[in-house]
Amino acid sequence: MENPYIPYPVRIDEIEIATEDKSLKTFKFVFLNKEDEEKFSYQAGQFAELSIPGVGEIPIGIASSPVEKGFVKFTVFRAGVVTTHLHNMKVGDIMGIRGPLGNWYPWDKLENKNVVIIGGGFAFTTLRSSIIYMLDPANRKKFKNIDVVYGARSPGMLLYRDELFEWESRDDINMHITVDGTDDPDWKYNKGFVPTIVEQKAPQADADTYAIICGPPIMIKFTMPALVKLGYKENQIIMSLENRMKCGIGMCGRCNIGKELVCKDGPVFTLEELNKTPKEY
Amino acid sequence: MNTCINKIREIASKLLENGEVEKVIGFANGTIPMATSPVVINSKQDVDKLVFNSTCGLNLANYVRNQKGKVAVIAKGCDSRNIVTHIVENQVKRDQIHIIGVPCTGMINKKKIEALFGDDIIEFTEDGDTLNVKSSTREETLNKKEYLRDNCTLCMHRNPVVYDDLAGDLVQEQTLENPYPDVDRIEAMDADAKWQHFQELTQNCIRCYACRNACPLCYCPTCFVDESGPQWVGKGQNKTDVDTFHFLRAFHCAGRCTDCGACVEACPMDINVRDFTRKLNKDSFEMFGWEAGLDITKRPPLDVYSPGDPNAFIK
Amino acid sequence: MKFITIDKKDWAKGIEKSRETYRLFGPVKEKNGFLIKSLDNDMLPDMEYHDSVLSAKSVLFPQSEKMMTTSLDESRDGHHIMNRADADYSPRAVIGLRPFDAKAIQLVKLNFDTKEYRDPYWCDAYEATTFVGLGINKPGFYDFSTSAGSGPFNEEGLDVLLADMDDTYLAKVLTDKGQAYMDACGFKTQADAKESQALIDVLKKEAQKNIVSRIHTDKLKEKTTLELHEAPFWDDIAFSCINCGTCTYVCPTCWCFDIQDETKQKTTSRFKNWDTCMSPLFTLHTTGHNPRDTKTQRVRQRFMHKLKYFVDKYDQGTMCVGCGRCVKSCPVNIDIREVCNLMNAYEKQE
Repeated sequence: MENPYIPYPVRIDEIEIATEDKSLKTFKFVFLNKEDEEKFSYQAGQFAELSIPGVGEIPIGIASSPVEKGFVKFTVFRAGVVTTHLHNMKVGDIMGIRGPLGNWYPWDKLENKNVVIIGGGFAFTTLRSSIIYMLDPANRKKFKNIDVVYGARSPGMLLYRDELFEWESRDDINMHITVDGTDDPDWKYNKGFVPTIVEQKAPQADADTYAIICGPPIMIKFTMPALVKLGYKENQIIMSLENRMKCGIGMCGRCNIGKELVCKDGPVFTLEELNKTPKEY
Repeated sequence: MNTCINKIREIASKLLENGEVEKVIGFANGTIPMATSPVVINSKQDVDKLVFNSTCGLNLANYVRNQKGKVAVIAKGCDSRNIVTHIVENQVKRDQIHIIGVPCTGMINKKKIEALFGDDIIEFTEDGDTLNVKSSTREETLNKKEYLRDNCTLCMHRNPVVYDDLAGDLVQEQTLENPYPDVDRIEAMDADAKWQHFQELTQNCIRCYACRNACPLCYCPTCFVDESGPQWVGKGQNKTDVDTFHFLRAFHCAGRCTDCGACVEACPMDINVRDFTRKLNKDSFEMFGWEAGLDITKRPPLDVYSPGDPNAFIK
Repeated sequence: MKFITIDKKDWAKGIEKSRETYRLFGPVKEKNGFLIKSLDNDMLPDMEYHDSVLSAKSVLFPQSEKMMTTSLDESRDGHHIMNRADADYSPRAVIGLRPFDAKAIQLVKLNFDTKEYRDPYWCDAYEATTFVGLGINKPGFYDFSTSAGSGPFNEEGLDVLLADMDDTYLAKVLTDKGQAYMDACGFKTQADAKESQALIDVLKKEAQKNIVSRIHTDKLKEKTTLELHEAPFWDDIAFSCINCGTCTYVCPTCWCFDIQDETKQKTTSRFKNWDTCMSPLFTLHTTGHNPRDTKTQRVRQRFMHKLKYFVDKYDQGTMCVGCGRCVKSCPVNIDIREVCNLMNAYEKQE
């Protein structure tokens, strides 16, 4: 078994400013050793530790999709010591990635089901990974209807805008893009908070419908009642948690909620599971 | 000192009954010999839980911050001085706190008593100045005066400096020819010996921060050792990092430390943390005529400018 | 099972001899009490020790351990690529280990050696170590190991169990590793197995009788996590807590750690340091949000982890072996025995 603390060396291949306020950047990494890419075989919903020698590590959801080959992508919000350092790095710099870590959205269980994806702000990274995965020609037929409700403060704060608008034009996915507000007269999508749009546009739940929800705590808090109203049961609501982490492999002990470790037993939990654990996240 | 407990309970009971305070912070009996534990009493029915004896070595000023409503607190001389410091430093308001002062004849040095026995102490009682200590193999009767904590033998403020009630008769303050013999001993060393002394002092420090957390002065919302941007100190066992913690903490306490001994009391590794703070106490006294926590109207000397300050650079 | 008699007159010589193949660790008297430390040349384990402030966990899990290292100098090959730091994993032996500390190491192993991941630092150290325990003839006042899944002569996790018979040690050889160590010491006077076991049983019985303090754990499993988590007693338990890390650092089973990078000039190293759930920093998010912001939450976490989460997750009893170190060292006398009994007896009021 390999040393799970030692990161795979990667090179920053591309850096893209992801939002108008420049607080988010998308980093494309290429593995220095080709075989590491195979070892890093992942599922949509997993995360990795971005590892900068001399600075530290930070757990970030994987934004690229298992069906995209040759690179991995992460969209990172500048917040603390490691992410600030990362934002100041350049294309060509060498650093490390450790993973893939954690569980993933329950793709087996979601087969032949309707999937509703709900995201807010910058918590759309593993959701992007999931959408790309589901829309891949080899996978699309495995799922029934796909609905996406994604909102941000303003059009410029939406992540992956080009892809969003491309998906909007497709007929095999129902997009409900929204912003809290905008003065752009050409804005042709929704205006309003995510919970409201969910209530108006998300499909009613039947036994074959699952919702995956990621976003800031306040959005989650207000989206829950909307989902309940639409008939979603606790086991049909799937969430991805964040907690402070260090090891990412279930050993360092800090990210637990009850006996579950967010890094290893999660980060993906159903609301049913979460309701059995202390709300320490 | 043992007799004052009845008075403490009586005062606590009255304060709670009259609704003058919402709770009383004091000490309760521990689960093991020579131990008492800080406790909060919310109702008159529970005042019998309160105890006071020579094992109450922690400083209760550390427990009065961020309390809702008015609280009463049991205060030895040193606790009362730290309450004064808290008031001066805006950590509590004077009218939020009802001080039940306890004149103190010193707290015992638990480690020194333990060292007399090869095995665990299983029973401890005291009667005035007599300590009865029992281990599984033998029993000793000790004179409390010989087993006081170092800070208590050098204490010149056994009586509370500020109080609303007094739970016992004021005691005679000690007069000491030299209140800083320990500092003198270290000052007399040459530089190498001093370095060696402090190297050995912290050799077994595990950075549990019990000293800091037991200290009523260490209330910074984020201690410099916990700061991440910038990170001032490494977090491992590197000796320089360990010593940096102790030195900087001591300097942050300069002119504020009352030598209450809570840091030493709390240290699981039996490190005499006071070796760091005592020199600064002595300097504060010699340079500024200052002892911390005696005057509710004065800020600590390193906090204020005074034309009489001894340092030339400021003139 | 094989038993060896060791004349105490030959003890020092044998231990010295084992240094040819083993690095030794054991109890050492320091100014501040006994510690389990690396025994440098000529130092012998102090077998008369009564207790040690810290446990033996540091032999496998040092308070600060260098995991990997790299150069930040971009002109050098392999810069910014982390490589495992060199460390000595040649055979080592801990002499005079307390049986509850050996049991604790078995519990810690559940965390560091899992089917998905292995912590190579802990596991390599574990494999390199021979555990030579010393039965406790006279258990201390704080010992409650018999009700915490261990005991003064518990063999779990030991390679050799020594019993102090005044003039001799009777060594019960439990594993091949233990036999190899006895060979390295040159201890080979075999003793009659039945007779030896009977002698040890007498000591064990007597020692167990002396342990009067106990915890009750039988009902922990049947309670739900949430009912214990929401129990009304946590604020009272936590009131006196100063949130230092003493209980976690002296604990033989507390395994939580932090990962930190430290750079000196152009060389950076990544360290694994003991961490403590008592510190707010342990769970603080970058946003400032802290899921365990109050000291009640943190105190509860420590006890829930040891006495409920662990119990449920591994089905191997509690994550407490009853060494009593935290009871003795806690500056404010928070007593895990009382907390455990409270939790065990708790019935939710409807």
